[in-house]
This record gives sequence, structure tokens and C-alpha cells, in this order.
Amino acid sequence: MVKRFIKSRETFLICAIILLITIISLRFPGFIRPQNLANVFNDTSPLILLAIGQMIVILTKCIDLSVAANLALTGMVVAMVNVAAPELPIVFTLMMAVSLGALLGMFNGILVWKLAIPSIVVTLGTMTIFRGTIFVISDGKWVNSHEMSSAFKAFPRMEILGLPVLGWIAIITVMVFTLVMSRTTLGRAFYAAGGNPHAATYAGINVGKTQFWAFTISGALAGLSGYLWVSRFAVSYVDIAGGFELDVVAACVIGGVSIMGGIGTVIGALLGALFLGIIKNALPVIDISPFWQMAISGCAIIIAVALNAQANRKKGRIILKRAELKT
Amino acid sequence: MQKQADAILPLKEISKSPAVLELKAVTKVFPGVKALSEVSLKLIPGEVTALVGENGAGKSTVVKILTGIYQPDDGIILVDGQPTIFPVPQAASQSGVTAIHQETVLFDELSVAENIFLGHAPRGRFGLIDLKIMNKKSCDILHSIGARIDPEQKLKDLGIANKHLVAIARALSTDARVVIMDEPTASLSHKEIEELYELVESLKSQGKAILFISHKFDEIFRIADNYTVFRDGQIIGDGAISDVTDADLVKMMVGRDVSQIFPKRKTSLGKVILQVKSYTHPTEFEDISFTLRKGEILGFYGLVGAGRSEFMQALFGITLNTFGTIKIEDKPVQIKSPADAVENGIVYVPEDRGRQGAILDLPIFQNITLPSLGKISGNGFLKLAKEFKLARDYTERLELRAASFDTHVGNLSGGNQQKVVIAKWLATQPKIIILDEPTKGVDIGSKAAVHEFMAELAEQGLAIIMVSSEIPEVLGMSDRVIVMREGRMVTELNENNLQPETLVRHAAGI
Repeated sequence: MVKRFIKSRETFLICAIILLITIISLRFPGFIRPQNLANVFNDTSPLILLAIGQMIVILTKCIDLSVAANLALTGMVVAMVNVAAPELPIVFTLMMAVSLGALLGMFNGILVWKLAIPSIVVTLGTMTIFRGTIFVISDGKWVNSHEMSSAFKAFPRMEILGLPVLGWIAIITVMVFTLVMSRTTLGRAFYAAGGNPHAATYAGINVGKTQFWAFTISGALAGLSGYLWVSRFAVSYVDIAGGFELDVVAACVIGGVSIMGGIGTVIGALLGALFLGIIKNALPVIDISPFWQMAISGCAIIIAVALNAQANRKKGRIILKRAELKT
Repeated sequence: MQKQADAILPLKEISKSPAVLELKAVTKVFPGVKALSEVSLKLIPGEVTALVGENGAGKSTVVKILTGIYQPDDGIILVDGQPTIFPVPQAASQSGVTAIHQETVLFDELSVAENIFLGHAPRGRFGLIDLKIMNKKSCDILHSIGARIDPEQKLKDLGIANKHLVAIARALSTDARVVIMDEPTASLSHKEIEELYELVESLKSQGKAILFISHKFDEIFRIADNYTVFRDGQIIGDGAISDVTDADLVKMMVGRDVSQIFPKRKTSLGKVILQVKSYTHPTEFEDISFTLRKGEILGFYGLVGAGRSEFMQALFGITLNTFGTIKIEDKPVQIKSPADAVENGIVYVPEDRGRQGAILDLPIFQNITLPSLGKISGNGFLKLAKEFKLARDYTERLELRAASFDTHVGNLSGGNQQKVVIAKWLATQPKIIILDEPTKGVDIGSKAAVHEFMAELAEQGLAIIMVSSEIPEVLGMSDRVIVMREGRMVTELNENNLQPETLVRHAAGI
């Protein structure tokens, strides 16, 4: 057990993250102050939420490119509802964000399940549809800070034990989904459906339906992040989180989620997101020119993935009896 | 007397002729695993050498070394007596070594000619591929092996037997001197196998050396001149096929006597458990009706493509849009999904166990409990204690030896993977188990184990439907046999009229 833990890619990533933080703090010692680390975690929270959803989708051999557009659309809707009815309680806003996001995710899921369209095509399409819908409902206008109610803006920044609610939501989500993935029949179905769809079918698992639920979860988390994003930055417009879906996929891949499906963990997605989040937060503070920042974070992604792939290279087949007993 | 001696002499002369390809004390080591240990093998022009061994004995590794996919860690490869290395597959093919693989490696979207000449297409001006010459040459090769296939046709439009012929044509297009055939008859029908034998004979007469890998003893004795037996990565024995009996080979392969191939069992038929009436699918099968009793093994025989697997998939709820009635224990049931089938006590162990059987990235216990998740959970939450108990019960029952429950199935040997798949289905406590080609591609030692296990299950009162294309298995295991041809039930045979000839006649429609 201990041996396996040491060898696992989660451990590898934890080491990589510690190394990264050490290198950064050599140039900028303030980086390792607990308050700063909490800030970095808080900043990375939306990425963590989306990466968990994306991880589940990728597990089932699909991909969800519409998460960032879902986030933007849901964010715009809750912002506009808030402008129209500022007195609505936050609980209602949260529920609306999660359900609207889930609904958009279900739309992806239905297309993948019932029409058997490849998910990359479906979500490429819905990504554009969602962004287009924001244009339609907002007339291309921004919803600005002064239009939003103060309760709406305050919720994600509220601090509990030094960490804002946004960060706590990420922590709770990680815990909930760790449980879902390891202790529920649905969680098991995600792994089975992606690991070997044929075998899963014969075992009585409906692969299409499992994919549908994966998209629904991914959508719900995107919707939740939509509200959090818009309220935290106190602004909503068509292009928020533009291109963010690629960061989300990158976080999953760094976190050891196999793009072929069937392999991945919530902790992996969390660590992948943190790795990426730390790089994005650290590059500006250690005075790297903005021109270089994108290139450097791109390189970091490739290095992380390459090392990960190296660690997971296939070993030889086990033919001899004594070799099998050793495993 | 004198005459006989004369007749024998030339034969000896041939087998003394120098090997075109030879392995000398070849060893291949994978990280932590010695796959081959000091293997020596001679391939002689005009002779067929059968490579015999249980699954995982190292046969595929030998093929990969001969074709340059793997490089030996020790020992040498000799071509025409000259030491050679095959650093890349192209080097082997330039030396005239070519292989026809178990799963034919061809490209559906390319034309027949493109498939045949992929990688060594004839070039015309400016180094472009000369389509005219390529099609013409393809035509000649296909003709020489008696195949009537248009070289410009796309491969995906061909049937499986013709695809095989294209694979053979591809092997011959490189001026091959050594042809390796890896279980070439595994997916062929009886007639197609006969044609393949003729082809092997004609290759022999052209002076090609043939390495023939097969699990079927009748065909080894039919076409091979020499044999080499592998066990655990080592050569156990070799020599002329005429000097051995099949019992000898089996003994060498498994290292023990397999005295009786099919287990005797007390057939005590219970009450009727399954009744199927006029089951019909618009395009795949029609009017299938039968009953099945507890403790009975019902064989389904037919040629490949007779609609047996298709019917079983419908019975299991994978294929929809079927008509007809199914009664289980006299109660009519609707099976609209595999989940329904499992619920009703029917399980299906598919033919393609690699693809449809186990989930390699999941640990043993999770594979075993996968179809039983409903039983070990409440409100969608798994009860781990129940899950472990269920998994432990069935791994013990099948004597599955693995260091840990957490071991990923992908890290197990083929035989143990198969045990996981069987344990998985037994854990659902089924009433009816459908076994689709239960011993296809399985070595003879494990075959007997599978048969014994089937008999044991039947004795415990399980009703078994066995789809099989192997006549000895059908005859040896079944209480009754249903023969299917072109999607219809042709006949139902019981002990009294169960003869191999009858079986073949009905299946072929003669």
C-alpha cells in the first residue's frame, strides 16, 4: 500500500508542486506566506471545480469543450436576474446557477447519448451556441459591479478561517466527488464505461446514460463556477473565461487523467489544477514578461505531461508464473 | 525392401536441406520477466513447422523476434546461415520474412491493392506510386492464390475470409521466403479452412518455409511437417510430426497427461427454466424457439455468421427491435437492456473476452463486482464490506491466485484475466449462463479446465447455453444441440442423433 502510494502519480505531482513553490519562493520569498498560498488556492478554485467535472467527462471517453461557455452563460443569467430582482436570497442564486448549468450539461449529454454524436463535435457546437446566447440575452452589454446587489458580490469573498467561501466550495466539492467516485455505483460506472465500454455494456451498465450524467455533473459545476466567477470579479460580459476550457483540459491531463478514458482521480484533477494555478499566479510576481508567460505555462504543461507519460509506460507482458506472483 | 529404402531417402534429403531462417539460443527479457530462454528454431524451405504451446508460452514473442518487432537480448538470428540482426521490421521483410497475424492488420478505407503493397508500392516517375502496375501485380498475386477479388475494391467491402486472403497476398507481395501464420484459421469457416490448407500446400511446393501457429491439433497433423513445442518460454521438444501423436504433443505442452478431454457428468435435468418462442429480428434471425432446463448444457452450432451470436445478443438485451416471447420459470419477461437480463438471471460471457470482458484499468475486486453493483449498494452508495466479501468468495471459488485484490486486471496473465471474467458473472448468481465460444483461442490445458468448470456449473443446476464452432466441444459437452444456418434454426439434435456428420450436414445445408 505504502509502496504504491509512493509510486502513484499523485505523489509525483505533489512533489512537482512543492518543487515549483520552492523555486518560486527563492526569487520571491513572500510567495510561501500562508495568506498568499490561500489566495493562490482561492484564485484556482474555479479551475478546480471545472477540472473535476471535466475529469469525469474524460473518464467516460468524452470531452466537454463547452464548460467555459456554460460558465459565462450561467454567470450572465444569474447576474441579469440579480439586476432585475436584487432581493432574491443567495441560496436561490446558487441553486439557479447549479441547475441552469446542469441543464446545459444535460443538453450536451442528450446529444452524445441519444444521437451518438462524438462529444468533441457536440460541445464545439454548444460552446458557440452558449456564447451566442449570451449575446442575445444581453445585447452584448456588460453587467457591471454597481448594478449587482452587495450580497450577490459578497458571498464568494466571505472569509471563514482565513479562506474565502470560494476556496471552501472547492474543498467541499473535492471531498464530495472523492466520495462519489469511490463509493457510489455511478462513480464506478464512470470508470467502467470509459475503461472498456463493451465490457461495461455486458455488465449491464448503460454507457450512453453514464456519459449523460458525466456531462450533467460537468455542466452543474460549470454553472456553479459561473455565479462564483461573475460575483467575484463583479462583472459579466460575453467573453468572460474565454479559452478557459483549454486550461481545464490541461489541468486534467497534468493531473494524470487519461485522455483515452477510464483512468483519473479527483485528487489528480485537483493537483493538476493547482500546478497550473501556481504557475499562472507566480509568473507575474517573479517578473516574467507577460510576453513569455503564455509560452512558459505551455512548456510547463508539456513537461508535466511528458514526465507523467514516461512514468506510465507500459511494462512487458507478464508471462512467467513467478513474475505474476510478485505483482 | 530395396525400393522402400529408395523412397524414403529423398525425404530425408529434404529435411536436411539448410534452414532459410534460424534462431540460435535466443533469449528475450522484459523488465522482470524472461519471456524466452535459449530458444532455437529452424525453418526449412518447403516445410511447414507447427509452433505449439499454451497461451503465454512465448509463441508471439518468437514471432515478434522473427519479424523484427522485438530484438533478442541474447543469441543470434541466421538467414541462410549468415548471422543477421533485424533492428526494424523492414529489415526482416527485406530478408524475406513475412507474417500473417491473428488479427489481420489491414486498412478498411484503402483499396485491396493499396493494402497489399502498403509500404513497398511500386514507384513510377517522380517517385509517385504507379497505380497501374500496383493493380496489375495485385491481380497476379491474388490470382496465384486462387482469390477472385477486384484489387481496386475497398477492403471494408470484403468478407472476413477474403480479407484473410488479402493478408496472405500482402505477405507474398514481398517475395517472401518465410511465411509466418499466426492462428490463421481462428475466424474461418470449415470451407474457408480447406481452401487455406490448399494454399499452404501450394506455398510449400513453391519452396517457402512456413511457420504455422495453431491451437487445433487436427490441422497441425494435417499440414505440418515439423513441430516445436513451447512451454514457459522454453522449447520442450521438436522433431518430425510423423514421429508423434497428438497425445505426445499435449503432454509436452502442459507437462502432464490430459487423459480425458471432456468431463463425464451426471446429467440430472431439472425443470424448464427458459422458454423462447418465435424470437425474430428483422434482419438477423428468424423464428427461434427452444426450451432450456436446469442443469442442461444446450449447444448452438453453426458456421461463422449463422446468426448464433446475434441471437444471443438479442436474448441478452443488447440488440433491440426483436419480436417473440421469453419466459423464465414460466413468467413472461421483457428484456430491453443487459441490466434487465442480469436482473432476470441471464448472463452472457462474450466471445471476444479481451475487448468485451474485463476492464483492465480497474482492480480485480471492482471488475468482479461490476455487474452486481445493485446487490452491494444502497441508495447508490457502495457497501465496501459487502463488495469485498462478494469478490473474495468468487476469487476463492475460482482459485484465482494474485497477490492482492487491488491488482489491476491488466497486470494479470491471460488465464487469470479469464478467471476474473468468469468470477464476475458467477457473482451475479445467474440462472442461465450464455457462453459464446468459451474456449476460442484457449490452449488445450485451459480448455479442459473450462470444460470441467462448465460441467460443474451444470451439475449445480445452472442452465448453460454454449455457442461453439468446434465440433468436438459441441459433441463432448452438450446435452442437446441446436444447429443454426443463415439466421434460422435448422434442427435440434439430442444424444440419439448427435453425430459429427449430421452436425456438419445441417450447418452447411447439404
